[in-house]
Amino acid sequence: MYIYDQYDQKLVDERVAQYRDQTNRYLDGQISDEEFLPIRLQNGLYVQRLAPMLRIAIPYGLISSRQLRALANISRRFDKGYVHFTTRQNIQLNWPRLEEVPDILAELAKVQMHAIQTSGNCIRNTTTDQFAGVAVDEIEDPRPWCEIIRQWSTIHPEFAFLPRKFKIAVCGSEEDRAAFLLHDIGIQLVKNSNGESGFHIYAGGGLGRTPVIASSIREYLPRQHLLSYLDAILRVYNRYGNRDNKYKARIKILVKAWTPEVFAQRVEAEWQQIISSDGGVNSELTENEVNRVKGFFTQPDYEPVDMLKVEAGLKAQATDNLAFSRWLQRNVRDQKQPGYASVSLSLKPAGVAPGDVTDGQLESIADLAERFSNGEVRSTHNQNVVIADVLKSALFDFWQQAKVHGLATPTIGTINDMICCPGGDYCSLANAKSIPVAEAIQRRFDDLDYVYDLGDLELNISGCMNACGHHHVGHIGILGVDKKGEEWYQIQLGGSASKQAALAKVLGPSLSRDEVVEGIEKIIDVYVENRLEGEAFLQTYQRVGMNKFKERVYAQNA
Amino acid sequence: MHKMLSHGKVIDNSWTLVAADVPTTDNLPTGDILVPLALWCGQHSVLKNHIGAVGVWLDSHEEIETLTGYLDQLPVVAINFPKFVDGRGFSSARLLRDRYHYQGEIRAIGSFIRDQLFLMQRCGFSQFSFSDEIDLQAATASLSDFSDGYQTAADQAEPLFKRLR
Repeated sequence: MYIYDQYDQKLVDERVAQYRDQTNRYLDGQISDEEFLPIRLQNGLYVQRLAPMLRIAIPYGLISSRQLRALANISRRFDKGYVHFTTRQNIQLNWPRLEEVPDILAELAKVQMHAIQTSGNCIRNTTTDQFAGVAVDEIEDPRPWCEIIRQWSTIHPEFAFLPRKFKIAVCGSEEDRAAFLLHDIGIQLVKNSNGESGFHIYAGGGLGRTPVIASSIREYLPRQHLLSYLDAILRVYNRYGNRDNKYKARIKILVKAWTPEVFAQRVEAEWQQIISSDGGVNSELTENEVNRVKGFFTQPDYEPVDMLKVEAGLKAQATDNLAFSRWLQRNVRDQKQPGYASVSLSLKPAGVAPGDVTDGQLESIADLAERFSNGEVRSTHNQNVVIADVLKSALFDFWQQAKVHGLATPTIGTINDMICCPGGDYCSLANAKSIPVAEAIQRRFDDLDYVYDLGDLELNISGCMNACGHHHVGHIGILGVDKKGEEWYQIQLGGSASKQAALAKVLGPSLSRDEVVEGIEKIIDVYVENRLEGEAFLQTYQRVGMNKFKERVYAQNA
Repeated sequence: MHKMLSHGKVIDNSWTLVAADVPTTDNLPTGDILVPLALWCGQHSVLKNHIGAVGVWLDSHEEIETLTGYLDQLPVVAINFPKFVDGRGFSSARLLRDRYHYQGEIRAIGSFIRDQLFLMQRCGFSQFSFSDEIDLQAATASLSDFSDGYQTAADQAEPLFKRLR
């Protein structure tokens, strides 16, 4: 993974010093609440319903065992001994004290971590595929490009006060695991007809109140121009994005208002000026720099593996042990390197808020990554973590260890692996609670054989229309709404965050808290009754349509 | 006299701001003045006869491109921040420096805050005239919050990776 040099470290250290001074001046009354708001947000600090919340960056989801241990320590020393993994591959502390945040940031800086631009109207953490570098369908490892973007976006002088938050994702594989079409900028690594690598650039995607799938604005951008082209997009947005209404301020609204064609022309014109007359040609990426960054994302020395022997061994272990076999089926993926696998550790056992892990579990994850891999862990936008490069012959040992620490819940990609925002239990924006709904669904679907039989099913829950739980792109989405002070839940069906991205459609009138689980159960029943052999939920929905589901859920009201 | 920061120093601010809704040059204040963009565009030939220096101020939504034909006549271009979170002025300043090679003073006016000074300076601002009374000497510390930056900007023609790596 990327290791800071003296310049990276100095910048992060200086940011800690800057924020310490700002916190002191705020506590001293020299900075008003209004002025402190964007300052603290751009250092990760929200003030939530019960306490402040600090969001810590995990750049493109990559974190080392050493950093995980530091987080465990921080959560013990400054918080309540647990952390929360978010849908942007970051980590949140739910109970820090505002006065202690500079100390937390100083501790993070010691292990090359920070909370810079994890919130606020600025360029946020760039995200990517949790299987980067090892995915079978990978065209090119996206992480070096994510790191180059991270550096460019960090304390960018021109774009710290945008109309609204700004999110970038990079996809380097055939299948999309980064939901890149649902970002303000989505970058796809491609090759042109001459076999040269470059980028296909999309803009104007996003969830939130008005979900939009991004539009293609440039089919091929030569790689050396990445930064000047990003500057052009951001400048057009910074100058012309809506600043009067925060609900119309995301770039997607500008792209829609101008049309994607006009937006693309405006960006192109700006970019041409930047590279022809502004000296923007100076920010052209050099082979030297690209290779320097790529050099940090090296592969471990893979051992040659006797595949027949390994596969036979795994098969024997799986035959003897149903629980292990289930885990293999749901939580383990092949890699492009034969004999190795990527393991997903589930952070969704029933009874725990999705994405929450204790300090002890953080240390266990760190240990597992060191013992079975290269001491690196990946966080996912589904709020789980992945350890790649595990020898298949060591999977049984791995599983036994993971099980001891409650990290082997074998439900990855099933209905019980739901994405869920913190909701009304923590968040001051929420209209309704989301965690208890997730738990109630997990409790209802507690028969693992049945859960497996249901197969791939993405269920996403947001406690309000800001859509942190990505409900628009769940195969089943649940949105918390407020009706006269009561919590109600709108059900949506048919969303997808894949390359064939689709936005879910509303099933019908919202359900009360008591009716939600039953409603979900009825939806699942319709699927089970109507599915064809081997058909997943989303395919059945697409084939049979909304009405069949609607009729069942609202039958008693007819 | 009102003070401001100029190139990192506290200096007297001799300039008078002419409000956006002043339609004519009839009753302009004496001395150095900053006139709104519309007045400049309509009356720049008359304003040449003003006794004292004349600069122009733009609001955050006004396009810097309007001024490109006049830049060599202007010792100061001021950019207003109606709210400190309105970041359009950052782009205006960069365009003035990077694209139009403006050599005069770029002055921030309005509701910006001292915690933005480092970024503003990188975008090409050279002067800061705060609307609130603040400790200007103390505020100069914010100009050097960071010793360097990754990106090219008005103050740095090459990105960090080309200079130092």
